[in-house]
Amino acid sequence: MSWIIKVFRSSIGKKYIMAASGVCLSFFLLAHLIGNSVSFWGKEAYNSYASHLHSLGFIIYILEILLLLLFLIHIVTGITLFIENLSARPTRYAIQTKERNWSASTMPYSGILILLFLLVHLLNFHFITKTVSTAELVKTTLSNPLIASFYLLSLSGLTLHASHGFWSLFQSLGINHPKYNIFLQRGGRAMAVLIGMTFILIPLLIVTTDSFLQ
Amino acid sequence: MTIIHLTLKIWRQTGPESKGSFKTYESGPITTAMSFLEMLDVLNERLILNGEEPVAFDHDCREGICGMCGSVINGTPHGPEKKTTLCQLHMRHFKDGDTLVIEPFRSRAFKLVKDLIVDRSAFDAIIAEGGYVSVNTGGTPDANAIPIPTFMAEQALDAAECIGCGACVAACPNASAMLFVGAKISHLALLPQGQPERSKRALAMVKKMDELGFGNCGNEKYCEKSCPKGISISNIARLNREFMRAAFCSEE
Ligand code: HEM
Ligand code: SF4
Ligand code: FES
Repeated sequence: MSWIIKVFRSSIGKKYIMAASGVCLSFFLLAHLIGNSVSFWGKEAYNSYASHLHSLGFIIYILEILLLLLFLIHIVTGITLFIENLSARPTRYAIQTKERNWSASTMPYSGILILLFLLVHLLNFHFITKTVSTAELVKTTLSNPLIASFYLLSLSGLTLHASHGFWSLFQSLGINHPKYNIFLQRGGRAMAVLIGMTFILIPLLIVTTDSFLQ
Repeated sequence: MTIIHLTLKIWRQTGPESKGSFKTYESGPITTAMSFLEMLDVLNERLILNGEEPVAFDHDCREGICGMCGSVINGTPHGPEKKTTLCQLHMRHFKDGDTLVIEPFRSRAFKLVKDLIVDRSAFDAIIAEGGYVSVNTGGTPDANAIPIPTFMAEQALDAAECIGCGACVAACPNASAMLFVGAKISHLALLPQGQPERSKRALAMVKKMDELGFGNCGNEKYCEKSCPKGISISNIARLNREFMRAAFCSEE
């Protein structure tokens, strides 16, 4: 068994962990997006989706635990990599190159923004005693301009994180082939923007249109 | 012939433990036909005549093949020209009146020796762990006795172009050595001669790389952009595959 620990302690092993947990989180993101997109079909559809989801009961509970574990693994490994990388260059350069790769270089920072968002998001919608329907809860919470703008900021951060991450995870797992690279890079970025923008549409519609989810 | 004048801000540090700082020099008249290192030679001759300590910098072949030279010019290792070592960078790429900030490669694994010279023996330590093949001595083997598909030979030779200059580490925001190790692993893993030690090599070289304090690859591609030999990050992907194969599927 000790060989497994050795592998996942190595620099490349930790990248496998980031990539594998990143894939799973991406699938969660997609599922969460599809679920929340039901809101575009109105209040009744959205409430019905929410009550169907909650009626899964035990299964949802298991999935929540799994998701929590995934996030913990991704975050702890990500922060470990971040700290190791900082100490790999004790003296900074006086001049930074002008050709910056912004989405890649900000991965730890966009990650921490997502983490903050997760806490706020769960406080908003999970750790709360529900007295109204899900649609009303979402509508009233996100009508607060402060909360709505924080959502816009964080979801932009998520888009940035995913626009590097969706391609990066393939590279970390060794998937790089001249016939497919262009699809992985452009497709990854397009996917990130599509997911991010669709999520952003929800708080945006709530602040701008009264009839949304009404 | 065009003559230009530059302002040079150069990192000066007397030894590994001493505190360094930037010093500003006027280059004096520089012809654009000179190489970057010749420009530094001109500066050093003047410093010596004035009784000052010349700027210490590494170099050997001055024709872009040995991998000894390299400093960071305005934030870019080996300077602004793509696929060019510092010794092959010519002054015609700069304009009269430019200010150049010249810094040594910065990374925990490359200890600073003096001024712009860093100790890159960490790379040698990685090579010693597995960057070789074992061959039988005896009669000269026939050329072309072992069939190798052309595309594989091409890819292996592309990877073998790496001159071990360390610019990839210098350019990487995480000071990772993955492009160098990826190139070295690739050029041996692609060829039949590299097969006997294939798994052992991948595990040992990565272990050494980690021990030496290089950072972790974040797939940020800065390395590829500053590599004077155009080593592609597809070699990093191959290293990720080789390590996976060795770690999970081999007997090592
Ligand atoms: C739904 C949320 C998230 C998704 C979908 C996601 C997805 C990804 C993906 C796909 C990668 C690329 C992995 C690779 O390079 O192989 C990645 C990298 C990373 N993630 Fe996340 N992530 C999420 C949340 C977070 C959070 C909350 C943090 C908190 C700190 C974080 C920190 C990082 C870091 C630091 C990296 C870069 C690792 C490296 O390359 O060195 N992520 N993420
Ligand atoms: S991969 Fe390129 S930048 Fe890195 S050591 Fe080799 S030649 Fe230099
Ligand atoms: S001095 Fe040999 S590569 Fe520049």
